[in-house]
Amino acid sequence: MRHEVRFSGYGGQGIILSAVILGRAAALYDGKYAVQTQVYGPEARGGASMGQVVIDDAPILYPEVTEPDIYIIMSQQGFEKYGVQAREEATMLLDSDLVRSRPISRYCEVPATAEAKGTLGREIVANIVMIGALVTATGVVSREAIERAVLDSVPKGTENLNLKALKRGFELGERACNL
Amino acid sequence: MSRVEFMQGNVACAEGALAAGCRFFGGYPITPSTEIAETMARRLPKAGGVFISMEDELASIAAVIGAAWTGARAMTATSGPGFSLMMENIGYAAMTETPCVIVNIQRGGPSTGQPTRAAQGDMLQCRFGSHGDYSTIAITPNSVQEMFDLTVKTFDLADRFRVPTFLMADEIVGHMRERVTIPDAVEVARSSPLAEGALPFEGGDDGVPGFAPFGSGRSVHVTGLTHDERGYPDTTDPEAHDRLVRRLVAKVESARREIADYEVTNLDAETVFVTYGPPSRTVQQVMRDSQDDSIGHLRLRVVWPFPEFALQEFPNAKVFLMPELNMGQMVREVQRHVDQPVISIPKIGGELHTPAELVQALEAHR
Repeated sequence: MRHEVRFSGYGGQGIILSAVILGRAAALYDGKYAVQTQVYGPEARGGASMGQVVIDDAPILYPEVTEPDIYIIMSQQGFEKYGVQAREEATMLLDSDLVRSRPISRYCEVPATAEAKGTLGREIVANIVMIGALVTATGVVSREAIERAVLDSVPKGTENLNLKALKRGFELGERACNL
Repeated sequence: MSRVEFMQGNVACAEGALAAGCRFFGGYPITPSTEIAETMARRLPKAGGVFISMEDELASIAAVIGAAWTGARAMTATSGPGFSLMMENIGYAAMTETPCVIVNIQRGGPSTGQPTRAAQGDMLQCRFGSHGDYSTIAITPNSVQEMFDLTVKTFDLADRFRVPTFLMADEIVGHMRERVTIPDAVEVARSSPLAEGALPFEGGDDGVPGFAPFGSGRSVHVTGLTHDERGYPDTTDPEAHDRLVRRLVAKVESARREIADYEVTNLDAETVFVTYGPPSRTVQQVMRDSQDDSIGHLRLRVVWPFPEFALQEFPNAKVFLMPELNMGQMVREVQRHVDQPVISIPKIGGELHTPAELVQALEAHR
């Protein structure tokens, strides 16, 4: 089955990296096909950033995302630019402290940034918390695959912090996203 | 053991160049090609090669030509504005029969246009952009795997035919990430060495002279002026010019069948898409979704020299449809080789044709 996943937030949150990690998990560790793309412009720094991934069991021909079925939204501006058009059948995970609006689609509130700042002590891992929640909420890739993809992608010395963030995300996804 | 990676197209292009034995990169970074220069800057010194960040694109292509004449496999990578600046020396490379690779990650133009958006707007420029008559080879990838594989092929053809050879990619394949398999080793031709007693600009049976780079022990004079077979200027004799320039064109054009690389689907089809680069993937999607055998597809990997014989593979074709990320460039080449109507499906602005758009075009014209 074809999934189209869209990530949006502000430049600096690791939005594009999140999309790369998800694509990597699917393509290298879950035996699926994945294409990761992004939209960016010279104005994107600090503004709305967007990355997306197509995941499929079959080879992916048309590589772009047209109608995402999964959204991960981590800023209000990101919601307005890239999330507001989500159709009813879509699933949206949003960072409840950073996004004020709520979509017409199914959604769940994940306090990823608050969790990263508080429990984990490092705001920078909020995107990894969000990825963990995404995996338990949607099952779009396996836990094992995402764990390996995260470990491939984070700087040396931060592996434990990122794994903790991921596991915290798994728990939050189970609890908050009773979809 | 080959390795499997989840990699960006531009990085796969750099990996392909390294695998092909590229040991010189002269370039000036420009979006959306910059990751190629970044990767080569990191990797080349460790591979015993040289990376030079040049002051502009005029100098970049000049440095590449110089490096090629020392016998190194050499390349540069750029996008629209930089490509335009390279035009004069691309003609010099054609005239001096310098094997070199120019990667163009196409973006929206004219001028600085859309740095972060995709286009296929330079397809005629890569064939006709420098002044005078000459011929070139241009290749168009549609996936990250092809960014690797076809970069290797670009080096192979550049050496075999001693021409500036283009990888005409775009922002879509340059920036997307996909799974790619990188083999341990690849096979790439080298230019035939200049035979004993042969002249350095004397075409053999195939019109391609043997190559004696500087330092190989042979004395070679290299000039952009019209020259005789020895390489010495002969700028007023009409026959000397005629002989030289006809050979420069013929060595590529007469090898069209050998250089050709394309895929055909549903040879009995009445409605045939002709594509190159990313729009081919939209057509493939439409064909998989519809399972309709009356739709055919000719997908070009090599666009120049143009393989007009490939169009004859569809004997029942009633109409050809050509989606391009420009206002209709290669469509002219198709039009002049067939009697059937050829419909251009142009798209500009930076986004790939969607399957729905091509289904709509199909309904309108079949």
